[in-house]
Amino acid sequence: MVTKTRSNDAVIAGIGQTEFSKNSGRSELQLTSEAALAACADAGIAPEEVDGMITYTLDNTDEVGLCRCLGVKDLKYTVRVPQGGAGSVVTVFQAMAAVKSGVADNVLIFRGMNERSQYRFGRPTARGYPAVGGGSTFMEWAMPFGAQSPGCWESLTAMTYMQKYGVKNEDFGLVSVLLRKHAATNPAAWFYQKPITLDDHQNSRWICAPTLRLLDCCQESDGAVAILVTRYDRAKDLKQKPIKIHGAVHTLLPEHEIITDYYHSKDLSRLAMSETVVKRLKKMAKIAPTETQVAMIYDNFTPQIFMQLEAFGYCKRGEAKDYIRDGNCDLDGKSPLSPNGGHIGEGYIHGMNLISEGVRQARGTAANQVKNVETVFLGSGVAGAIIGAC
Amino acid sequence: MDDPGAVQTGAIRPDPVVTIDSKMFWDGCDREELIIQQCGQCQTMHHPPRPMCPKCHAIDMRGVKMSGKGTVYSWTMPIHPAPYGFNVPPIVALIDLEGGARILSNVVGIDPMKMKVGLKVMVEFEPTSGGHKVPVFRVTSKVS
Repeated sequence: MVTKTRSNDAVIAGIGQTEFSKNSGRSELQLTSEAALAACADAGIAPEEVDGMITYTLDNTDEVGLCRCLGVKDLKYTVRVPQGGAGSVVTVFQAMAAVKSGVADNVLIFRGMNERSQYRFGRPTARGYPAVGGGSTFMEWAMPFGAQSPGCWESLTAMTYMQKYGVKNEDFGLVSVLLRKHAATNPAAWFYQKPITLDDHQNSRWICAPTLRLLDCCQESDGAVAILVTRYDRAKDLKQKPIKIHGAVHTLLPEHEIITDYYHSKDLSRLAMSETVVKRLKKMAKIAPTETQVAMIYDNFTPQIFMQLEAFGYCKRGEAKDYIRDGNCDLDGKSPLSPNGGHIGEGYIHGMNLISEGVRQARGTAANQVKNVETVFLGSGVAGAIIGAC
Repeated sequence: MDDPGAVQTGAIRPDPVVTIDSKMFWDGCDREELIIQQCGQCQTMHHPPRPMCPKCHAIDMRGVKMSGKGTVYSWTMPIHPAPYGFNVPPIVALIDLEGGARILSNVVGIDPMKMKVGLKVMVEFEPTSGGHKVPVFRVTSKVS
């Protein structure tokens, strides 16, 4: 099943994070530096030895700024990935490629944001995010029509799914209740000890009617997460059990747009890109997402969990509601979903705190540890990875 | 949005972001024409517009005036927080146009409780705060 580890295989050697809050009280550069330092310390790698950096096009922290804080002595490689959170797992793919090819030895993935205290990531914006190339493509087509927030952009896709399968907003509440249940027993979660009921979900106010309520949305959070990736032969003598990247893939398909992704197909209820990710990932990792023990799937909004569960092969199209209701995503279910509580329960560091939780699950050190974890699936729309102990 | 030179009285809708590649579309709207881009070589329709045809790689793009008829493919109503430039929550919709393109727009003049996928609609144009116009759609189906 899982292939033999080679010396140049990419492994995750360290993870680090700040607290997840609504008001960090410090700069994004400081948050990111703290998370990076923690990832280095976790691995047992000196921060000055970091020689590669990967983040998102949307991240506000410059690599040079981070180098000045960490004391990096020779940064050989930097890359930024498009897409925001749906591309979060692309960073794992890029780190794997850099390490395996020998371009860099100690690659630091980072994402840090004050998206609650400094700006509001989920609120409408008059002009949109930076246009083309800044992590967005065609938001310019949305702004004059009042489609100015992630919730609204997401709703237009969610409605096509609701329409096709007769799903109602209360069905999406299954995801909120599940993830808040997981967060309730995770001390690092913002919603620690705060589970909700389906009634709470249905009583939360409309963000976009009749698609998304408040409790369908992830939380705007302040915080940072960093992941350190290195080669197996360098990691095996470090502090932590190395977590191998068995496979990682990224895809962009014709006519794709970022979040306002309305033009690629007549039927938007289906995530063709996630289906492509699984096909390629199975070939590379020799294992399917459904054969792993934990599913860390990007939950910016609840409908995305429905659509990704189907596209990543966990259930048939239109059956996500039953799949979740039957307990498959529970901690003791067939494929526990985001045991940390996901972005809805723990905090929203734009995909990155799902990756760090995946590493903890593979190490066996998570707050809500799933039993007998060999491998973990990391899925974010256009990218996927399978990781596990060597 | 708060352009002091705004010529419209009362129009508060945000202006479109006009780029070199999208100018043909927005210029058409200012003339109250719904113009979708077509490849001058292979005649494939493209929206959103772009400077090169992904099928034949021609760069001579032209505009085709659409009938303005369409069908609602998806919709939602952003309520909280309120979007900029609207006094009441707009109905945001994806419209599948007769003639083959999908555009993001608004459906106007309908009770949100009666809004649904599949309604037939027809284009009209509304002013923006800076004196441009954008396409919106009015329902032509009988609604109950």
